[in-house]
Amino acid sequence: MSWDIALILGVDGLATGAVYLLAGLGLVLIFSVTRVVFVPFGDVAAFAALSLAALEGGQRPATIGLVLTLAALALLAEVVALARRGEWARLPRAFFWWGLLPALPCLAAWALAGRALPAIVQVLLAVVLVTPIVPLVARLALQPIADASTLVLLLVSLALHFLLSGLGLLFFGPEGTRTKPLADGSLTLPGGFPLSAQVMLMVGAAVVLSALFFLLFERTVAGKALRATAVNRVGARLVGIRPARTAAMAYAAASLLAGLIGVLVAPVTTMYYDSGFIIGLKAFVAAIIGGLVSYPLTAIGALAVGVFESFASFFSGALKDAIVFSLLIPVLLLRSFLAHHDEDDAEELDS
Amino acid sequence: MKTSLRLAAAALALAGSSAATLAADLKVGFITSLSGPVSSLGLPYAKGIQAAAVYKPEVAGHKVQLIQLDDASDPSTAARNARKLIDEDKVDVIIGTAGSPGALAIAAVARETKTPLISIANANLPGDDGAWMVTLPQPAPLMIGAVVERMKRSGVKTVGYIGFSDAWGDLVYDSLTKAAEANGIKVLTNERYARADTSVTGQVLKIVAARPDAVITGTSGTPGALPYLALAERGYKGLIYGTHALINPDFVRVGGNAVDGLLAPTGPVIVAEQLPADNPVRKVALDFRAAYQKAHGAVPVDAFSAYSFDAWLLFADAAARALAAKAQPGTPQFRVALRDAIVSTKELVGTHGVYNFKPSDRYGSDERSRVIVKLDKGQWKLVP
Repeated sequence: MSWDIALILGVDGLATGAVYLLAGLGLVLIFSVTRVVFVPFGDVAAFAALSLAALEGGQRPATIGLVLTLAALALLAEVVALARRGEWARLPRAFFWWGLLPALPCLAAWALAGRALPAIVQVLLAVVLVTPIVPLVARLALQPIADASTLVLLLVSLALHFLLSGLGLLFFGPEGTRTKPLADGSLTLPGGFPLSAQVMLMVGAAVVLSALFFLLFERTVAGKALRATAVNRVGARLVGIRPARTAAMAYAAASLLAGLIGVLVAPVTTMYYDSGFIIGLKAFVAAIIGGLVSYPLTAIGALAVGVFESFASFFSGALKDAIVFSLLIPVLLLRSFLAHHDEDDAEELDS
Repeated sequence: MKTSLRLAAAALALAGSSAATLAADLKVGFITSLSGPVSSLGLPYAKGIQAAAVYKPEVAGHKVQLIQLDDASDPSTAARNARKLIDEDKVDVIIGTAGSPGALAIAAVARETKTPLISIANANLPGDDGAWMVTLPQPAPLMIGAVVERMKRSGVKTVGYIGFSDAWGDLVYDSLTKAAEANGIKVLTNERYARADTSVTGQVLKIVAARPDAVITGTSGTPGALPYLALAERGYKGLIYGTHALINPDFVRVGGNAVDGLLAPTGPVIVAEQLPADNPVRKVALDFRAAYQKAHGAVPVDAFSAYSFDAWLLFADAAARALAAKAQPGTPQFRVALRDAIVSTKELVGTHGVYNFKPSDRYGSDERSRVIVKLDKGQWKLVP
């Protein structure tokens, strides 16, 4: 193996690692706030990619129907819940948050699809179109059982993955699509090594979004509320933070991340209705490296997974995934060796 | 999901002879993958069989009932469906399914229950185990052989290989190494990737570093476009070849400019209108297009729907001979007669070639079932 091959593999690995990084951040965000390992995360990314492809093809993305159906169901669930408690005064708010807000991107996409749009508008449309999906799905399936054990939540989220990927097949069909590159051209590094603009965009997006995440969590009240809920749900509740609201925020932020991942990977890889799952799975490896709590460790883990995968595909294409997933074994061994078992863990086992 | 199509409806029975209403119906059990990973082949297969049912709704005065089940790309579901079709619906023949593992699972049930199976997936089961099965798609060595001959004619000395890390990838690689050795061509690489992989940069770098004259892939459908895209990205300028499993409009859409100039073997149906007028396949292939257009309101654009159409033609031809032997549909005797008729098929013209089946061999295609096509600006062109 020569240096330029190693360089190409390294850059390729960083680009995929950047995608895993964003997905890993989303997974850790959802898990730390709600204790849910959100398996369908990748499916939402695939929906964004396929919606973008539909918009580029001049068609109305099938996502519109999906989001509107989910919004109608979530609104119904919310209205029934409010009616049971007799809180009629909060009905208009429910209509705004669960009915009107998710419907807005759908309306925009409905009106704009089929026209000649600048690429950036199409990308934005695709992202905002999938943003309501995770909060809506979570409102329907996960919020009613928010206090269940981690295992139950995991099983429900696994079931959601199968549901969403089935819906993906129904709405988008079995064929894959590739979208136009977001950024054309390439930059030639000293030594004649070409670096494509798309790769720079992917890595750049990961860096910028990670920085935004950092600022959000460190500097804003909302971010601090998210962190507080992650650290201690009961404690957060006692100081006036509503877990349901922070959970909805976490889901919305993760959904937005998934949408961005979708539009970032769509130009460099063929996306199918079920391609998201494997992205989510690799990001999960990264999140495990971060112990499902630490953002910086997850980021490092994600880049490591990407680079590792890239080199593994060079040495043995057939065993690539086996090599990447076997990374989990030493990581888990090390983590269980280093971890100290406190009372919280014991409680978890009993419940 | 169960669609029971009652073909040749009441109107036809009234208009037709009274014999048609007295004769027992023939029953065809059709299993395909309408969902799951193989559904991109399974859906066209289903469309092809519906076109065939419109084209030839009855055999020798007997109406044909088509009973379709979805196996969700799962071999165990395929086997369960086969059992259901045989036990509950008492079908005379089974046609299925989209993936080779599923077809092999059905073959085991077919043998146990002594029901003929026409496999539309490329599955080979030698010896007694496969005695109740015939396979319609062309065997891989036949197709790859045609490509390697073409390589030799173009002066190719070395070839790089990249394929799926599954049975299909192995099959193409084995056929390639055998044919290449016979033609004095060296196979330099044996790279693999999985259908769901998002990048093949590593594998392609290895191929480019080996500097082959040509590259051939052992892949199928849209995931098969990935190596060509990566090769183009790495500035590879050599010849590119493929297999018949790539012929699908979505492959062309996803591959774009990177797959322009690709040479691949396929069945004659893909380029039916470019075939010479004296080619017997031309007429059947054009009939198929007309029937497909009638059934679905659009022209077929893939090679897969034509296989299920051929399966129906094969069944209809054999059923006519089995009926002539005075066997009653729905009985074990009829299934035996039908199986004997299927494996003694002679010179049956289909859309994918001319079929001759023998009891000892699962495949029934010969050189007439292959043509080499070139992708020229998004259109498949026949290469004489």
